This record gives sequence, C-alpha cells and structure tokens, in this order.
Amino acid sequence: MPGKLKAKIVAGRHLPVMDRASDLTDAFVEVKFGNTTFKTDVCPKSLNPQWNSEWFKFEVDDEDLQDEPLQITVLDHDTYSANDAIGKVYIDIDPLLYSEAASVISGWFPIYDTIHGIRGEINVIVKVELFNDLNRFRQSSCGVKFFCTTCIPQCYRATLVHGFVEELVVNEDPEYQWIDRIRTPRASNEARQRLISLMSGELQRKIGLKVLEMGGNAVVGYLQCFDLEGESGLVVRAIGTACTLDKLSSGSAPNTNTHMSPLAHGCRSTHNSPVHSVCSSQRLSQNFSVSVPTLIFTGMGSGGSAGKEAGPLRTLLRQQTQTALEQREFPFFTLTSFPPGFLLHVGGVVSARSVKLLDRIHNPDEPETRDAWWEEIRQEIKSHARALGCHAVVGYSESTSICEEVCILSASGTAAILNPRYMREGCLDIGCTDHRFEEPSPPNCGFCHIPYDELNMPFPAQLTYCYHCRRQKVPDVLFTTIDLPSEAAVAGKGCLIQARLCRLKKKAQGEANATAISNLLPFMEYELHTQLMNKLKLRSMNALFGLHIQISVGENMLLGLASATGVYLTALPAPGGIQIAGKTPGDLSSEHISSIQKRINDTIAVNKELYQINPPELAEEGVGSPIPEPRHRSRLFRSHSESSDELSELDLSHGKKDAFVLEIDDTDAVEDIHSLLIDAPPPTGFYSCNTENMPGISNWTSGVQMFTSVRVLRLSNANLTNQGLNKIFTDLCENLLKSFYFKLRSMIPCCLCHLNFTVAVPEEELIQVTVTAVAMTYDKEQTQEKTAEKPINKGQSLWSLEAEEQLQFPLELCADSSSSNIQTASKISGIINSASVDYGSFADRCSTWLELLRLKAHTIRRGSVKTSRRTQSLRSHIRAHTPPCISVTVVKMTPLSFLPGTRIIKYLGIINMFFIRETTSLREEGGVSGFLHSFIAEVFAMVRAHVAALGGNAVVSYSMKECVFMENPNKNQAQCLINVSGDAVICISETDQESSASTANTGQTGGSETDGAT
Amino acid sequence: MSVELDVFVGNTTIMDEEVYQLWLDGYTVNDAVKVRMEGGVMDECEASKDVLLSDTMDQYRTFQMCERLLHSPAKLANQLLFQIPPHRQIMLIERYYAFDDTFVREVLGKKLSKGTKKDLDDISAKTSVTLKSCRRQFDNFKRVFKVVEELKGPLVENIRQHFLLSDKLARDYAAIVFFANNRFETGKRKLQYLSFQDFAFCAGQLISNWTVGAVDNMVEDMDVDLDKEFLQELKELKILITDKDLLDQHKSLVCTALRGKTKVFIEMEGSFKNLSRGLINIAAKLTNTKDVRDFFIDLVEKFIEPCRSDRWSAADMKLYLTHYTNSAHILDTFK
Repeated sequence: MPGKLKAKIVAGRHLPVMDRASDLTDAFVEVKFGNTTFKTDVCPKSLNPQWNSEWFKFEVDDEDLQDEPLQITVLDHDTYSANDAIGKVYIDIDPLLYSEAASVISGWFPIYDTIHGIRGEINVIVKVELFNDLNRFRQSSCGVKFFCTTCIPQCYRATLVHGFVEELVVNEDPEYQWIDRIRTPRASNEARQRLISLMSGELQRKIGLKVLEMGGNAVVGYLQCFDLEGESGLVVRAIGTACTLDKLSSGSAPNTNTHMSPLAHGCRSTHNSPVHSVCSSQRLSQNFSVSVPTLIFTGMGSGGSAGKEAGPLRTLLRQQTQTALEQREFPFFTLTSFPPGFLLHVGGVVSARSVKLLDRIHNPDEPETRDAWWEEIRQEIKSHARALGCHAVVGYSESTSICEEVCILSASGTAAILNPRYMREGCLDIGCTDHRFEEPSPPNCGFCHIPYDELNMPFPAQLTYCYHCRRQKVPDVLFTTIDLPSEAAVAGKGCLIQARLCRLKKKAQGEANATAISNLLPFMEYELHTQLMNKLKLRSMNALFGLHIQISVGENMLLGLASATGVYLTALPAPGGIQIAGKTPGDLSSEHISSIQKRINDTIAVNKELYQINPPELAEEGVGSPIPEPRHRSRLFRSHSESSDELSELDLSHGKKDAFVLEIDDTDAVEDIHSLLIDAPPPTGFYSCNTENMPGISNWTSGVQMFTSVRVLRLSNANLTNQGLNKIFTDLCENLLKSFYFKLRSMIPCCLCHLNFTVAVPEEELIQVTVTAVAMTYDKEQTQEKTAEKPINKGQSLWSLEAEEQLQFPLELCADSSSSNIQTASKISGIINSASVDYGSFADRCSTWLELLRLKAHTIRRGSVKTSRRTQSLRSHIRAHTPPCISVTVVKMTPLSFLPGTRIIKYLGIINMFFIRETTSLREEGGVSGFLHSFIAEVFAMVRAHVAALGGNAVVSYSMKECVFMENPNKNQAQCLINVSGDAVICISETDQESSASTANTGQTGGSETDGAT
Repeated sequence: MSVELDVFVGNTTIMDEEVYQLWLDGYTVNDAVKVRMEGGVMDECEASKDVLLSDTMDQYRTFQMCERLLHSPAKLANQLLFQIPPHRQIMLIERYYAFDDTFVREVLGKKLSKGTKKDLDDISAKTSVTLKSCRRQFDNFKRVFKVVEELKGPLVENIRQHFLLSDKLARDYAAIVFFANNRFETGKRKLQYLSFQDFAFCAGQLISNWTVGAVDNMVEDMDVDLDKEFLQELKELKILITDKDLLDQHKSLVCTALRGKTKVFIEMEGSFKNLSRGLINIAAKLTNTKDVRDFFIDLVEKFIEPCRSDRWSAADMKLYLTHYTNSAHILDTFK
C-alpha cells in the first residue's frame, strides 16, 4: 500500500571549507530513498548555502517506509574531478507513520561523516502522506507504536498486556566482505551504517506484525541489540512487550488511572465509605480501620479478615492467570514497572547463560540457528520460573558477549505471579474492576509474599511471617531485576550495590575455549552473589532491585559485574550482621579477627546512619547493635557448599537474631573481606541507584544531567593473579564513581539514578567500562514526603490521620503476632510500616547457590543460575512537585522514563541510531580520549537534533546499547561504534498545563525555523 | 596498569569556571591539578589526585573542542555539538576574550602581525603571563581587528555584535583595534607610567571626536581611521602661535579666567606660550602618519612633562585646558 514521502532541502550552515583556494564550498545535496535519488542545485561559493529546493517526492510502499531511512548526502561540486562528499544525514521516518506521533520532521541536522565527524548542519523538512487505512497491511506494520520505556508510557493506559514479542534478523557484516579490501574506510562504514539502519527497520516492522497478530497496538520495553559476530555475520535482535494502549485524553489529569496507587481504586470501589473518598494509600488505612467488619473480599487491608479468604481466592486467581499465560509460548515481560495491581507476587531472579561457538550464517533469510539458541535459553528461563512456583517472568532482558568465535548468551528476569485481569480481554479497566479480583495482599508488602509452596520450596530459604501484614510468609532476602514498586514500604534510602569479579582463563580455541568458559561461569555467578549478599548485609539492607549481572568474555579473562539497588523493605526481616570467624580458634590471631569484626560493625553502623535505615524495630531495641549474639549461626564456607538443614525451622521468638558469618580460612578470605570494605560510601549529599526510582527520594527538583563516561584500563603486568585483577577492576569501578561524584558536586544534594555499567574486554589486556546515568537534584528538606500522597500530605489532616493510624494499627497486629512488642506504625514515604521486633534468624544461603548452580557444562556449554527472591512491582510515577524551570529550546536526555517536574504529553517515536566513527589521525584528534570524547558529544548532538526536528524537547529511557571501541595507536587509527536508543517526547512543566497545546504546536511547526537545540 | 582512555561527556556540557580560567591562563594539565589541589577542591567530595587529574583532562578537552567555536562566538549560540546554557555561553565568551592589562600594554599600538607574534615569548617572560595565554590574547586582538576592519558603522557596536562581548570589553577591544590601526607608539619609557585603561580612555575620546564616524554615522568609512579632513583643518590652528597678537590675546583671556582659581597660576602664566606652542605644533603635524604614531609621546614630552615639573594637579590641568579651549573660541579668528 503506497505512501508518498516528501522532502525539502532548505539550507545549510557552518559547512566546512572544501575548496582551499577560495576558502569556500560549492555545495549541493542528494536526497535518496530506496533506489530513487534527487539532487538540488549547486549553491556556489557559500558556507551557508540556501537551497530552498522544491519538494522531492518519493512514491513508495509502506513496507519500504518502515525499513528504509531517508538518506541525505551533502557534496561539494567539482567541475573537473569527482564530487567530494561532505557528509550524510540519515533520517528515520518511522515516527511519521503513526498518526499520534510527529506529523512533520523539520529542523537542523548535523551533517555527519564517519571520518571527519560533524561537518556543518542542514535544514530539512520531511513529510509522509499515507494513502490507506493504516491497520490493514500484510507486510508492513505501520501504526504500531514502539517505546523503549520499560513501564506503561505516561500518557497512555494499558488496557491489555499481550506479552512477549521477539525477532531477529541476520546479515553478513559489510566490514568482513571481500569488497572491503578495495573500498575506502568511509564507504565501508557507510555501508555498515546503512545496513544496520535497514535491518533495524525490518526488525521493527516484523515485530510490529507480530503485535498486530496478537491484537495489540504497541510495543513497550522495546530492547534492540546488535551482535557484531565478526566473520560470522551481524545479528540484530529485539524483544519487547506487546500491549494495547489507550491514549489518555490530554489535559484531564492523565495519570490518575494508571499511576495512582492501586489502593486508591480498590478503596473507592469497594467501600464507598462515607468517611473518605479521596484516593491515596494513606486514606486506605483510614478507610480500613473504619470499616473493618465489612472487609471480606476486599482483602485490601494489612491483615484483618482478609487472610483467611485469601487462600482460595488466590488459587483461583492463579489458575486464571496460569491459563491465560499458558497459551503463550513465553510468558515474559520486558517491563520493569507495572500498572498497579498487575504484579501479585515475585519469586526471585531467574537467569540462564549459554556458551556458543559462532559459525558463519549461511543463509541470512533463515536465521534458524540463532533463533534456536535463544529459544533454548528462554525455555530454560521459563522452567526456572516454574520451579519457583511462578507462571511469568518480568523485568526480562537478554544480552550477549562475544569474543572471537565464542559467544555467551544471557537472559535474566524475575519470576512472578501476575494478575490475570490484564491478560483477559474485556476486563481491562484498572479503576473499576470488580473488587473480588483485587489481590488479597496489601500492596506495600504483597509482592514480597512467597509465591511458591512453603513445604516444597525450590531452594532452602528462611521464611518468616511478613513484618507488615503478619499473614503471609516472606523470605529473608529478596533479589529482583525489576524496579522497586512505588508503593513498597521501605525504610531509609536505597543505594547502588555492585559486585565485581575477574577470572583469568587460559587462552584456547574452539570447543576447548567454550568449555573452559562454561566451567567458569557458575563459579563466577556464585561469587558475584556472595559479594552482593555480603555488601547488602554491610549496608543493613534486605532486598535488591534492578539486579543486572553482566559477564563479559575476553581472550584471557572473564569479567563479571553485578549491579543492583539495595533497599530495606520493612516487610522483610531485618538483616543480621556479618560475623567473622577463624576456621579454628587458634588459626589466626583473635586480635586480627576482632579488629576486622570491629571494622565491619562500624561500617554497618555508619551505613545505617548514612542511608537512614531506622526501621521501627531498632528504635524499640534501643542499641541496635548490628551483630547480635551468634547463638544460632550458620557458616559460610568459601567456595564449597555445605547446606545447613536446621534452617527450615522457623522461629519467631523475640530477640533471636542471626548473623551472617564469614570465615577466614586463608589469605584469600582476608582479601575478600578487605575488598568488601573498600567500597567507599558516596560523599555527603550524594545517593546512587541503578533503578528508575530512588528508594526514599521522590521530591526531585528540576536539575538533570545525563552523562556517559568511558574508561579503558590497560593491564601492563602480564602475571596478574585473580586477586590482583579483582582489585584493579574494583578500583576502576570505584574510581569512576568517585569521578562522577566530584564532577557533579555542584548539583548536591543529588542522586545518580539508573547507573548503568557495561564492561567489555576489547583486547587482551584492556578492560573497558562504559557508564551511562543521570544525576538529578532533589529537595533535601522534604525527603520524607512522597508526591503520590500529595493530596494527603498537605495540610493538617495528615497529622490527624497519622494519629488514628497509630491507634488502630497495634490492635490489628496483636491478634496474631506472638511478639509482645509492637511498635506504632512509622510513616516513611507515606506508607504504613507495621512494626515488629521479631528477627527471623538469618541463614547462610550462599551455600545453596552452588546447588542451584549444578550446571550441565557439557558440549551444550551452558551455565545457568537460578536464584530466588521475590517482588511485586506496581508502578506509580513519582513526580516532583517542585516548580520546574525547563526551557523548551533545550533537549533533555535521561535514561529514566520521566523527567522530574514535567509531564510527558506526547511520545513522538522511538530514537534508534547507530553510528560509526573512524580516524586515521588519532594523535591529531587528541588521542583516544579526544577521539571518543568528540564522538560521544557528536552522538548526543545528533540525537538531540533528531528529537528537536520531531518537535520534541526530551529523550526519555535513553540508553547507549553499544559502545565498541577499537584502536591501533601504531597506525594512528581508531574506530568506534555506538548504538543509542530512547523515546522522543514532548514534556511540559507540571505547573503550566494550560500552555501544553501551544507549546507542542510551536515545537513542531516552528522547529524548522528555530535553531534547534542550543 | 594505566588508564588508556578516560572520558566523561554530559548532555549539558559540564564546565568548571575555575578550570576554565586555568586553561585560559595557559596552565598545563599537571600545573592546573596542582593549583586545584592547593585551592582545596579535594576536600569537597573526598576527591583524590587521580580524580582531579581525570576531571581536569576532561575539561581541558572540552575547552579545546569549544575553542574553535569561540573564535566566532555567534556560532556558539546555534551550534549543535555542545548543549550549553545561555548564561554559560556568555561566561565562556567573556572570559575567552578577556585579557591581561599587563600583556595588552606591551602590544598596544603594535602591528598585529606575525613579527609581533614572534616576540610574544619575550613579552611572556616580561609580563609573566604564560606564552599560551599570550598567544590566545594576541590572536583574539588580531581576529577582532580583522573582522572589524572591513565593517562599516560604529566600532564598539560592531565588536559587540560580532563577538557578543559586554559593553566594557567591547570598548577595550575598540581601543586595541584603534591603537593597532593607527600604530600609536606606546612603548617608550616615558609612556610606561600610563596604564592600558588610560590609553583606552584616550582611544574612546579619539574615536568619538576625531574619526569620520564621530562626525557622521552614515558615512562609508568608519571609526578606525582618524578623520583626514579634520586633521587637515587642525593646521589652521597654527595661527594661534604664529600670530603674536592672537597669542597674547589668547593668553590674557586664559589667564584672566584662571586667576585666583589655582595655586599654580604663576607657573601657568609663565609657561603659557611654551605649552600652547607645544600643543598646536602637535596638532598641526598630525597629517603625517609618522607624527600620528608619536602623538602620545609628543603629548607627554611637550605638554605633560612641563606641567608636571611645575607641579600641576590634575584639576589644574583640566581647568587650564577648559579655559584654553573656551578662550580660543572667544577669539575673533575662530568665531
């Protein structure tokens, strides 16, 4: 079905001098789409040419519209010799293909050359006229919206979540074709850029088709990756979550439905209590206490009569969900935060890795091998989730690491139980569902409750009754890959926790190499988890969110980096301390041990202070000594497993606490403990996390600084040990963080959010770490408030509510809690924290991992790990209510799905750009650092220019997927490939909603006239 | 083990004003790190030397990349590579074009040529401004000169518009350009006591009173050159000293006006003829380019030094000149 693409070349500026004699340029432009090319006139002797061309019209199939980019080439006319290319602009016209997004692309684009970088700018206007109804195509999938954002986009409401979509396309890499030997680097780079652009277009179209088949209209959490497999080819693959999204009419407070706390709706619909009708979780407790006797099916409250009803209801729910999900091949969701009520329980992290040997892709049209590989991994993930009693996987992601012919495929996610409501047609509205399907557990702790059968646990875990509702069992520690549900009850602030690990391996080839790697994998995973666990304890926290474990392979080493955001969930038991023990009493001098013990205790105490972790229990206990008496102690033996059976006994008796024991049995252990303590806390005024929301901070102010940092370390010492390497790697990461803190010190008080570390081993002795994150300022004065509770937190009613809450809560708890000490509810983040003094004994769980790590490392070459924690995530946007001051002329970028103080009124389309930059004059460009610095700056500039041309003023969910850097200093050469993606949006400050329409309009129509981002 | 590559790029370009100044002042990265360490930044955020080094390198690279844009400041506002808030852009430009008075004093009135540029290392040693900074300042003068040379219209305004400078800085550059164009000699020992600002004031006066633009803004030529016609007309003043009657008449008028108003009246009266001759001779010679160059040195030798030896105060000088001019107007010849 055809469409008409129209392009107009308006003008150029700041062009480079192409004619040395006259210091001027005779520029003209070629506009190419598919196989059709148009040319403008030559604008002689000008560095700021005005072409003002006619409209160039391309009549094309919409399939091509989706696949092909519009290619604009600026050239210098030369009468006697070949015309010299100045540079190119590729414009992805996909955003013009769905009606809700941009209507015109118009603005200044940087003219980019893969050898010289940005060389001037060109002003272009592009429009598309589609002839037919958009939704009736076979080959094309125009009209399907794509979002990188891993939550339901702000101005939409998910009426139905269909589930997992995936696709991959393969091709030969032009860089490795025979022709590359005779063509120029520029031609080769451009061929590659163009091919990848085509492939991503095709991929997106194919995914779109799948979505249409499923009956959806959008892909959320779209994650596209490139595998540069070298000789064996180029793979572009993508995963996402198909949804049916409804646009919320702008103007009417859009996020009430999707983003408010789920309690609010349940509350309203079930009770209609005469007392209160405002929606907020705060109110709930109020409502709840008023209407206890009538609470039967709602189960909203923390306990009450809901507990007993919950059982059968839950089973029912589960069955429904299960059937809904079993129809799907993979019940996976790439989302990391969810509409309220979507997620019921969380089982824990599931992950699978597989080591493969690459071979040439023989037939690009049938990418069966690669498909089969991923299929295998996904099956494994699915079965892991089953083992955890879960029917779905959320926060799902896939990645690869390639070194020569070896490739590690990884997938991970969080096993979960979902609310079937979202899976069924017809029962879509969140706000007014029949209340019987409301989850029977309170949202601020419900997701912590175990989904699996207590008697038939998939792994040994220490269970206690939920410290919130006292009804359901919770584990002692929780690991997840998703974001912290906004209504989760937390104490204090969160923080970034990283485990870093290097393992040397012998150089090898082929099968031997692959086997060696797959043998190492389980041990790496085990050690990373141990480190994470220890560091979590050291910070006195009990849950990890946004866990991401990357294992990167190099010729002679493997690098492992696990990042997550630690947090103290008040529903979970307080973590015990860490106990140091010698193997035998006389083994090491007890002084030494006690000095280490003291350091650890001090660190824990300092961290508690730092992250303001003051759960109610501690206040009760008074002293709050981090290390309780080691009455019931289980030991962690390094690197070999010993499961302790007595753990299954649950004892809720008061005052019994357990410590995590580290045994010092050799010097390695001492090293390990030292490395534990190396992690410096962020300086005063800084917090850090790798998730969307910073636990404990929500009152953002408008300061936003997104940044990318790359550091490459050369290991000169050939005889490095694992220990030495670990130290180097850890220092590298720590120093990077220190650098960030220092550079961003002017933003204090500030939080580094979405810290995303990527490691690579580009060459034998090089370690590369790439970090993208955003620094956001917040208002220190109001850290205790949460915007979600805005209507409540204002005014004095707050205090009266709290008072009532405190009166009634203890009554609730007394009924079933064996504990005699009940603390009044403390209010942190506006959510009720139930109190308790019980300490579940903390078990050594690390040993259990090894058991889970029993991997079949045969020729299948696979390592897989199943770790188990749980979570539920219910998404609600946390917005700052501070007066924002965002200027429209600037394009802001953030890896988060929101910009503080603003509201997104329109998604303009996905930004997915791939650039190659090469130089043969490395020294002249300021060495490798100078080269990469300007390239990254150029990439940012091109992203901003495209967004501005679409009429947008921000990029959300921005990420740098790929940053491959290669150098050859001897030849004075370097090459770098960067792939970035994100969602172009128009956002307006929350305070001036009226001007929204006009802003949007001027942004679009005026885009061509204004100078874009300055 | 060594850091092979280390970059940090912000969506909004991060620039530290202190580091910018160090860069402008021509400090090497290592020296800049030392200065920063002494300045106590390390205490903020528990930074180490490595952190400081890495940060300084990043910033230096950023500045180097920006430098090209700073050469034509108008580009900074509409380039796409760096996202810099407007107030920062203003700061960047203003600081980039700022100069050391000690340095400019050395090159004031010299031809902005390669020859002068070669002498910069001597000037650097003399003024203890780093060579790098000297070069930047010199190149700035030259760049502004080149751009403004060809333009019509008021000099200060042209500079302000093309280089987006503040009024004060634009005026200073106008003075530099004016001096360079007319090649006024300022380097003689006798002129050493005069600061750049003294000269800049003179330049301002000359521009607004003695150039073509001063008379008529619309004329083709502009503020950089002295008005030839005017200089020619100055020759007619000679009558004030060649005609004995007029000289006496002028003297008596001035003296009558000055009597009782100054402590150095006797000296004024005594030296009137000499001083008047000095002034008129300078004025009459200005049609010669050579004499234009010596304008300031002549003024000092023939007029200021005699006055100073008679211990005139500044107020005395002002009073004297005011009446000297006013009285001349009263004379019949000039009516």
